[in-house]
Amino acid sequence: MEQKTKIAAEEGKQELVITREFELPLDLLFRAYIEPEIVEEWMTSKVVKLENRKGGSYQLEKKDDKGNVVFAAGGVIHEFIPEKKITRTFEMANAPAGVQLEIYQFERVTDDTSKLRMHVIYESAAQRDQVMQWGFKQGINMAHDRIEKFVSKLK
Amino acid sequence: MNLRRDVFQAIADPTRRAILLLVASQAMTAGAIASNFDTARPTVSKHLAILTECELLNQEQNGREIYYHINASKMKEVADFIEPFRKMWDDRFNKIEAIMKKFKTK
Repeated sequence: MEQKTKIAAEEGKQELVITREFELPLDLLFRAYIEPEIVEEWMTSKVVKLENRKGGSYQLEKKDDKGNVVFAAGGVIHEFIPEKKITRTFEMANAPAGVQLEIYQFERVTDDTSKLRMHVIYESAAQRDQVMQWGFKQGINMAHDRIEKFVSKLK
Repeated sequence: MNLRRDVFQAIADPTRRAILLLVASQAMTAGAIASNFDTARPTVSKHLAILTECELLNQEQNGREIYYHINASKMKEVADFIEPFRKMWDDRFNKIEAIMKKFKTK
């Protein structure tokens, strides 16, 4: 079966391209990126600010039960063309990942399907590789949280 | 070729990742592993079989017991690879798709 999400990451380059075809019309796919309530749902973070315009900025935040901020990220929007293109920076607070430049291109395929192309440029090739390896580490951390839950239930 | 894909399917499952993490700290029997989960014992056995087939776990007979060990070199091979990153994005996009389908008016 062909994979819906594809990643192109050439060895030694500081960029990568993520492409995905959605079983969604273009307008719905675009709304998922610009409406705060919807972004909150799939990012599972609070949208503190989201200014969908050239020169605008955005901020995301996630807190634990005690109100401590566990994730904060944001950036500046450089280009905003509805249902077509968003260019923005992305930076995670308190993480050594640096700033990345993200170019989102939204495209209609049919009336019911659409495509997203995400071009991400990192500060260095090493940084890109590190970010890519986090996917796995996060998975392992999630597993670890589960184990802690099981163990605490046994107590 | 197919085998490689199977490895990533193996680690895509949260319970199997939890098993890998448990066994990473020490070799364990199937019973000891299963006692850490709410999941039914046969389900855990199935997960162990998949992880063993993918060579992420090795079995070793010790008296009457079979102990499961982690295969560190295989784990490293997987960790270095691009697939977990792709899987993370795929999950996120699937979520967007599921959320937005609710807005479809037809």
